[in-house]
Amino acid sequence: MQVTITVNGETRTDEVEPRLLLVHYLRDVAGLKATNIGCDTSSCGACTVHVDGESIKSCTVLAAQVDGSSVTTLEGLADGETLHPVQAAFRAEHGLQCGFCTPGMVMAAASLLKENPTPTETEVREGLEGNICRCTGYHNIVRAVLKAAEVTA
Amino acid sequence: MIPAAFDYVKAGTLDEAISLLAEHGEEAKVIAGGHSLLPMMKLRLAFPTVLIDIRQAADASYVRVEGDEVTIGALTRHADLVTSEVLAAEAPLIANVASYVGDPQIRHRGTIGGSVAHSDPAADLPSAVLASDATLVLQGPGGRREVKAGDFFLGYFETVLSPDELIVEIRVPRTGPGGWGFEKFTRRANDWAIVGVATVAGRVALANMGSKPLRATRTEEALASGASIADAAALAAEDTSPVEDMHADADYRRHLARVLTRRALEAAAARA
Repeated sequence: MQVTITVNGETRTDEVEPRLLLVHYLRDVAGLKATNIGCDTSSCGACTVHVDGESIKSCTVLAAQVDGSSVTTLEGLADGETLHPVQAAFRAEHGLQCGFCTPGMVMAAASLLKENPTPTETEVREGLEGNICRCTGYHNIVRAVLKAAEVTA
Repeated sequence: MIPAAFDYVKAGTLDEAISLLAEHGEEAKVIAGGHSLLPMMKLRLAFPTVLIDIRQAADASYVRVEGDEVTIGALTRHADLVTSEVLAAEAPLIANVASYVGDPQIRHRGTIGGSVAHSDPAADLPSAVLASDATLVLQGPGGRREVKAGDFFLGYFETVLSPDELIVEIRVPRTGPGGWGFEKFTRRANDWAIVGVATVAGRVALANMGSKPLRATRTEEALASGASIADAAALAAEDTSPVEDMHADADYRRHLARVLTRRALEAAAARA
């Protein structure tokens, strides 16, 4: 089947199998490898991207289901050379250790701040409940999201 | 993990989805958010040959007041239940329970109709519609019928829905902003309930205490005849048949049911 999806602002049309998962479409068809496949069971959040501006887990969405939608991956978050405030805050606060969960964490955090621009620490922790950091680097991740909120609010 | 191959069709309206279901027969499955169905397909526990995507059906996502009820379109997403001002004022139990489903990403995709139709006894929203004494509106080729939540769930992943029917609307009695409680016990933030308890208007429903969501009828009867919350909650595990799994044995689940029922009833009383 044919799908037309706007990926990071660029509209593209591809012939795909209906069973193609969005994460495989992004990585293997669109060639965007920032989005990681972690648990593959919608538990860990490593594959988080935005569909029409909202965070979703791309391992549990079909490319066919986002036909006609806009998808943003980590590659599309920065404004040219200028990091997105969440990216900049993760860098400043060292919100990562091994980095595997980071693309999903950043996308989940950016979606959270869009819905709640001035979250409390508890709201940040609850807002990231769908993302797991195997290094248990949560403390700095939460600090980074709070800092990003400070900058953008 | 990759699902088995299938054909994919989109339905623009619920009527169209029902015609497509009739056309494709029992091998077809309807997909909305897909957060129950796709994991099963990826594990090859489900392998429909046709998927009918109803997510674009614009006529099925709404929350509004009609008479004594709040009517909720089956395709209303959990995220939209959580932020609904109508629900906050008229049936807040539903909004609160929706906020515990999965995590934000899952709540951006999953729908109330999908969760209820999936009939997982550990899921959150089935216990909320049961405690609310909601009416489910089902539609098939022959038209619509109404089923009370108490008659809808049959057992594990089994309901009175025919293969050619859809839930199209859920009608919840208006309760006003108070008088409700919800307790969910989990080991990790975005897990299913080990045990869950939803209560509103003197009704109590239990998640994961049997093969389907159950009303704690002994507790409800005790409350109705004037028993204290503590005495009524002590009866919450009567007539239940909880499973044993890696998280909890049956006795522990019974204990949780009693404790969580007391907490939910106390919360409801404090909000009255």
